[in-house]
Amino acid sequence: MTPVWSQLANLAAALAFIFALKGLSTPKTARLGNRVGAIGATAAVGIIFFAESNLKHLTLILVAIGIGTLIGFIAARKVQMTQMPQMVALFNGVGGGAAMAVSSIEFLRAGESENFIALLATVFTIVIGSVSFTGSIVTFMKLQELMTSRPVVLPLGRFITIGTASATIFMAIYLFVNPANWALWTLVGLSLALGILFVLPVGGADVPIVISLLNAFTGLSVAASGYVLDNVLLIVAGTLVGASGTLLTQLMAKAMGRPLTSTLFGAFTAKATKVSGEVQDRPVKSAGPNDIAIMLTYASKVIIVPGYGLAVAQAQQSLRELVDLLISKGVEVEYAIHPVAGRMPGHMNVLLAEADVPYEQLKEMDEINSEFANTSVAVVVGANDVVNPAARTHKDSPIYGMPILNADQAEQVVFMKRSMRPGFAGVENELLFNDKTTLLFGDAKDSLSKVVAAVKNM
Amino acid sequence: MDVGIALLTIFVLSIFVGIEVVSKVSTILHTPLMSGANAIHGVILVGAIIVTGHADNNLELYLGLAAVVLATINMVGGFVVTDRMLELFKPKKPTNKGEDK
Repeated sequence: MTPVWSQLANLAAALAFIFALKGLSTPKTARLGNRVGAIGATAAVGIIFFAESNLKHLTLILVAIGIGTLIGFIAARKVQMTQMPQMVALFNGVGGGAAMAVSSIEFLRAGESENFIALLATVFTIVIGSVSFTGSIVTFMKLQELMTSRPVVLPLGRFITIGTASATIFMAIYLFVNPANWALWTLVGLSLALGILFVLPVGGADVPIVISLLNAFTGLSVAASGYVLDNVLLIVAGTLVGASGTLLTQLMAKAMGRPLTSTLFGAFTAKATKVSGEVQDRPVKSAGPNDIAIMLTYASKVIIVPGYGLAVAQAQQSLRELVDLLISKGVEVEYAIHPVAGRMPGHMNVLLAEADVPYEQLKEMDEINSEFANTSVAVVVGANDVVNPAARTHKDSPIYGMPILNADQAEQVVFMKRSMRPGFAGVENELLFNDKTTLLFGDAKDSLSKVVAAVKNM
Repeated sequence: MDVGIALLTIFVLSIFVGIEVVSKVSTILHTPLMSGANAIHGVILVGAIIVTGHADNNLELYLGLAAVVLATINMVGGFVVTDRMLELFKPKKPTNKGEDK
């Protein structure tokens, strides 16, 4: 049994995690909350070396921690803010992998002597941890564009997935009958494959929800391995993350108007979705920076709809410059932030905060959607899916049902786009072909600085 | 009380606490919250250290060390990246501070 003092220390760490999550829910206390969590976690790790007597391989463990710290720290410092969602996915995945490995070792050691509940928890961790591990790696690859972000539907995909899922369940049950090592490795292999199959058919727009869900999964598998190891802190920490992660997943799904079940079970019902059925070469109206500058300067009210393309072009500064300039000329300007602008809920707020855009100019979707109707110009910079009217009308579109910004209700719409390429969800946008739409082709940063220069000259 | 029941009690109560503490989160903090929660489950590192410290053969040892590395990446990377995100939300100074990237 672990000494009492260390159990009390674990209680303190558990409290630290509760305060961390609580703190992270409010902007004012968020940073403090995160630090309290970090201190709690570090303390919990430090304590274990003193609380657990006769730990072997200490040097190797410390070296492993050193390597992990180095990798984690450098990756977290180096990552661009635009690439943050996939970084979170990756960190989550390795956590799931760790939980899976921990439970596998425990199984190898205890094998047949495990009691029923402990075995159940072990099997649970192995399956869920593995799914989280490979699933997160696939989401990482989708977001990093190492593979297509569109839903990947294998031929007979649905049957392969159902087959793999059934085999996984079968092996999981079989382990109770015959806790042999080969059965364990088969289960691990099947679960890893299931993780891949689970995420492959998920379309771009649903990826953030999946990350959040896998995060909750990892939490639960950590809790289960806590049960296996008789460690209360792991149970509390894992469960906290599992529960809050599940709620967060629901909140996100609601913000995006996606029923959670369709994301969850997409792999089992996967049918090839119709992607961009319309032809590409229809006429669009495009203009130069000077025309756009005139349009904006003489507007009474402008709403900016920023998207991921803005962040990729690192154009937040130029955008803020343009907005400041327009405001100084007496134009009313606001930013309309779609809940999933960027690649994750809240991502755009992070990106704009990076460019020092004042908080009060950022308006959330519900707040601003009614204002588009009396807006002279809606400027869509590097966004696409979040203003696509197909979400309202086209029942068979992958983004159908997602709440969108009513940019199409503005008197005029300006799109700053690199090309006619469809957005992350891979759907053609009707609004581009609308009569009141003007396109300004080019890199967002380049286009914005040209427009800024043109406005200055007026 | 039976140990199993005690652990079950802790588990169930933790579910409610977990839901309760984040129920009022504002949309702009969804991403940092997810990232912070993600870092917290990196505490599986504790479990990884325990099983590695009791490894009896090479398979257990190597698997355990892999778990230690992975869990540390999860924990350290998670907290650091969350801190970086939240750094951006700090209260704005009235003056226009440097155009840093």
